[in-house]
Amino acid sequence: MLPPLFGGFKVTIRQVFEPRVTTQYPKAKQPKPPRLHGRHVLNRYEDGMEKCIGCELCAAVCPADCIYVRGADNPPDEPVSPGERFGFVYEINYLRCIHCDLCVEACPTQAITESKMFEFSFTNRADAIYTKRELVVDDDGKPQQLPWEDWRKGEDQHTSAWMRATSPSGSADYEGEVQWSGELGYGVRPPEGGQSGKRDDGATGNISVRVVERDKISRRLGGRAR
Amino acid sequence: MGDPLFLQGVDLGVFVIAVVKVVVAFVVLLVSVMLMIWFERKVISDMQNRIGPNRAGPYGILQTLADGIKLFFKEDLMPTEADRIVFKLAPYLALLPALLIFTIVPVGGVVTIAHHTVELQVADPPIGILFLLALSSAAVYGTMLAGWSSGSKYPLLGSVRASAQMISYEAAMGLSIVAVILESHSLSTRTIVGVQASSIWHWNVFRTGIVPFVIFVVAVTAELQRPPFDLSEGEQELVGGFHTEYTSLRFALFFLAEFMNTITMSAVIVTLFLGGPDGPGFHVVRWLWPILWFAGKTLVFLYCYVWVRAALPRMRYDQLMDFGWKFLIPLSLAWLLVLAALGESRPWGIAVLAACGAAYPLLQRSRDVSRQRRLLAAGEADLARSQAPPRPVLLRPVLPDEPVGGDG
Repeated sequence: MLPPLFGGFKVTIRQVFEPRVTTQYPKAKQPKPPRLHGRHVLNRYEDGMEKCIGCELCAAVCPADCIYVRGADNPPDEPVSPGERFGFVYEINYLRCIHCDLCVEACPTQAITESKMFEFSFTNRADAIYTKRELVVDDDGKPQQLPWEDWRKGEDQHTSAWMRATSPSGSADYEGEVQWSGELGYGVRPPEGGQSGKRDDGATGNISVRVVERDKISRRLGGRAR
Repeated sequence: MGDPLFLQGVDLGVFVIAVVKVVVAFVVLLVSVMLMIWFERKVISDMQNRIGPNRAGPYGILQTLADGIKLFFKEDLMPTEADRIVFKLAPYLALLPALLIFTIVPVGGVVTIAHHTVELQVADPPIGILFLLALSSAAVYGTMLAGWSSGSKYPLLGSVRASAQMISYEAAMGLSIVAVILESHSLSTRTIVGVQASSIWHWNVFRTGIVPFVIFVVAVTAELQRPPFDLSEGEQELVGGFHTEYTSLRFALFFLAEFMNTITMSAVIVTLFLGGPDGPGFHVVRWLWPILWFAGKTLVFLYCYVWVRAALPRMRYDQLMDFGWKFLIPLSLAWLLVLAALGESRPWGIAVLAACGAAYPLLQRSRDVSRQRRLLAAGEADLARSQAPPRPVLLRPVLPDEPVGGDG
């Protein structure tokens, strides 16, 4: 046995032959967990109507005071939302938003949800304030992609919200219960079955960090790298 | 003795050859520093499962150049409390010894250029290795004056640490060099390399019995302020150490000096202990093989320095001083005495070895006593009493039974 002082030499030289854990970020991205809180979207129903009814609950609950909503009565001949009122002005200031998801939980119509995209670096304050025109999803249910936002292929999926507050009787075991809000163009995603085994990560889009890293962690430490 | 280039007087050819040697050595050293910084960053990221610099040039090999250019254009700051002249002078004092030490390192064999016998080293002064000792002592000035002239407390603390450390380890380093001189009967680096030639068993590392080699490598690491002896720039305690207040090009000069010293000292280790450019040659391009051997051996040491940096944590200051004064210096001194006596005759060697053995308990006692004093100073009276060093047998009946360490 080597004295502990020299054990360090063994460890360091062994690491030389282990695979690298670096992700070359701008070129490649790590997969994101399905419940990540990113930039918001304003959802629409399948018929194209906006879900927002201008109730301002999101603005009321926002701890960072970043949401500004003004409701207005729907024009009778050309209604914007199925309800009586609609969100006439909707603005989110991303210099203030902390992505806590409380607006999503407060929303009675699941109108506002968070996408998984957090890589947006605007260069002036006007760009930081997203207006309704920029937040509403397009006719296919896809979020709009602004010039300073880094969307990659497939990242416009999974913009629906995990409905934590509506979990049946607060039970932790939510297996088999639909827990995702509807997503225009994609429908309702299958629920996660994480907490009592029997998970189907392929169907739910759930990604365990262990799975992501498995190919990079050596066998000796329980991974799959050679 | 001396440089054979100057034996037949100095004419234009000799002058040109000398100038070319200086320029080539300077350029090679600067380029190798650039590569060394890249090499260190790559190797250490290998050992940490990272990729390391990979943006500038293929495999990031130009990263150092990019960093240098960046530093060149940075704002040059000077603290108001700084001593202006010394503050400006210090980086050059740090750089100069690093450049000069390399001049005495034989990087290759002896070649003939235009009827002149040319040794492949910049200079071969008869004082040889003394030049190294003088300059490595002078290197303390760069560090010390940099810290002092900054007019700021962290640099001062860093430089005080550095000078104490360098002076402490210089003794062990010098004693192990004396062992080499004993074996090769010469101060000239060319002769030292010459007597080691032709067989691996002639290398000084074996002729002096490995211990001086190990001591020299450790002492040099401390001398270079490299991990695990980099207390003078302990980031957690001293911000950046002696170069905290330095910016821009002067900061770059300190780093240049640090890495150049690493390369130079690796080269010196190879020269003193591993036969320098010695190694099997082949009949094609004969002059090239010694240079390759020299570069290869140096590279091994450079890799080891990076490895040590990745593997070992920084030492505590008292550990550093204890290690230097109570372990390295006595060991190298004892080894040197035994080696010198063995050179005389075998009975002498055994006698000196016995004397050193007899002196060992004395050393051990001094270590015990100092540990006890330290425990007492730290308020650990109970621990100090339980770990009290045994009283020497001869003194036992004389001393009354008093509590230990009353005067701490």
